[in-house]
Amino acid sequence: MIIQLKNVNYTYNPGTPFEKKALDDVNLEVNEGEFIGLIGHTGSGKSTLVQHLNGLMKPTSGEIIIDGKSLSDKDTKMKEIRQKVGLVFQYPEHQLFEETIYKDIAFGPKNLGLSDEEVDERVRNAMELVGLDFETLKERSPFELSGGQKRRVAIAGVVAMKPKVLVLDEPTAGLDPRGRDDILDEIRNLYEKENITIILVSHSMEDIARLVNRIFVMHKSKVAMTGTTREVFSKADQLESMGLGIPQITKFMRRFKSLGHDVKDDVLTIEEAKEEILKYLRSNRDA
Amino acid sequence: MLKDITIGQYFPGTSIIHKLDPRVKIVIVAMFIASLFFVTSFWPYILVVAFIGTIISVAKLPLKFIIKGLKPLMFIILITFAINLFLTKGEVLFEIGPLTITKEGLRQSVFMALRLVFLITGTSLLTLTTSPIALTDGIERLLSPFKKIGLPAHELAMMMTIALRFIPTLLEETDKIMKAQMARGADFESGNILSRARNLVPLLVPLFINAFRRADELATAMEARCYRGGEGRTRLNELKFRSRDYVVLFSMVVFFGFIISTRYLVI
Repeated sequence: MIIQLKNVNYTYNPGTPFEKKALDDVNLEVNEGEFIGLIGHTGSGKSTLVQHLNGLMKPTSGEIIIDGKSLSDKDTKMKEIRQKVGLVFQYPEHQLFEETIYKDIAFGPKNLGLSDEEVDERVRNAMELVGLDFETLKERSPFELSGGQKRRVAIAGVVAMKPKVLVLDEPTAGLDPRGRDDILDEIRNLYEKENITIILVSHSMEDIARLVNRIFVMHKSKVAMTGTTREVFSKADQLESMGLGIPQITKFMRRFKSLGHDVKDDVLTIEEAKEEILKYLRSNRDA
Repeated sequence: MLKDITIGQYFPGTSIIHKLDPRVKIVIVAMFIASLFFVTSFWPYILVVAFIGTIISVAKLPLKFIIKGLKPLMFIILITFAINLFLTKGEVLFEIGPLTITKEGLRQSVFMALRLVFLITGTSLLTLTTSPIALTDGIERLLSPFKKIGLPAHELAMMMTIALRFIPTLLEETDKIMKAQMARGADFESGNILSRARNLVPLLVPLFINAFRRADELATAMEARCYRGGEGRTRLNELKFRSRDYVVLFSMVVFFGFIISTRYLVI
């Protein structure tokens, strides 16, 4: 188990009229090598939760254990935790600041106190992993790039720290469809090649369905549901009552089935649906 | 950590203090500040404390908020206290090495420290009970007579409104960028002054870039809604004096008149 949260509570501005409970008795566990999807309505506490995972926010009460180390323990070094759990914020391109892309990506590894060769190696690697060409881009200013590319530089900046867990808070917000697909492909690539644990926060049920293998649903500051992707998306009514939904294609298959066609209705992707429908049509023809 | 700054923070409420015309409140605070400088003995401070206490209880402000507002200025208050304590000449009470404490110094230092505390609490009462929008409205109206001599009252008020409006946004943004850089191992809390200043670069560069971008967007959004400045501009909520405003203003003039007069009274 790489991440464990026990009875974690967090309250904003306690004791003032602006008091707001953002996390209410959150318990969860993430195993090494999992690809977790974190979904929930705006204001359900996802971003607050995510910032607890690398000690940027401290719980009002409860315990967080990262890779065997409790964050409330005084001996735990925050730098070490932040290296282990890489966090990519929403609109991460807004945090770029260096003159060149190389320097910006090198910022994290340098803070870890690595040697110049090691930093160089990591920057190269990270750029390659997010699909940026090292030679042509390293000396360019990050501010000259397109939105999607800036975001990749920012993600590379976190990836270069070689985290064990990578947390991405809505990495595709505000991108065009092409940019979105590219980023998601790179995230999947990271997961498969680098063998790291990923937690993806997203509002797109399609993206979640396509990528993750387990889902946490946040609702009104609580973890309302956990389960495999298929389990969670089979509870469409419950999700809809929380202002969420299921992937379009799952919706379609449920409707198709309710019209009297004998198909599985727990498909998650278009490819799966295609197979299922073909199978159904063939069996109809044979009958 | 950044959200701990209470100075200039509005504390919503529905009390009569909250509802008073902002112009009245601004004028009262001006009188309050002026009269504090007329006080030369301790006993009028009782009236000042009564005044502050009444407002706090009527407006239902939590005392914690007021004390929190004093904290950032504690340093200045302490320095004032120390300077007055050690540098006033007079009848010597104690001598500690090169430092001497005189009777006059003790009196003067307590007096000055209290004056500062009252100044800060008094003015923070204005911002605690008046929303920033109402405050700038009030300032605009109070300054509008000076338009005739070329003072751009509306533009000044608009600039203030925008600045105030973006304080929370900028704080939030600072917080966010700080966290994002901390997630990449940046350190804002340790090191000497020089390395600390250097460590701020990853925070300040994105902050400025975003602030300029935001300013640009705001200007476009205002243009798109045909903003052309103050000339002939009407407003949704016109400020209007009510009878309570007259009553409060009149009684406060009397009250502060009395405090000022204490300087010349011989008791």
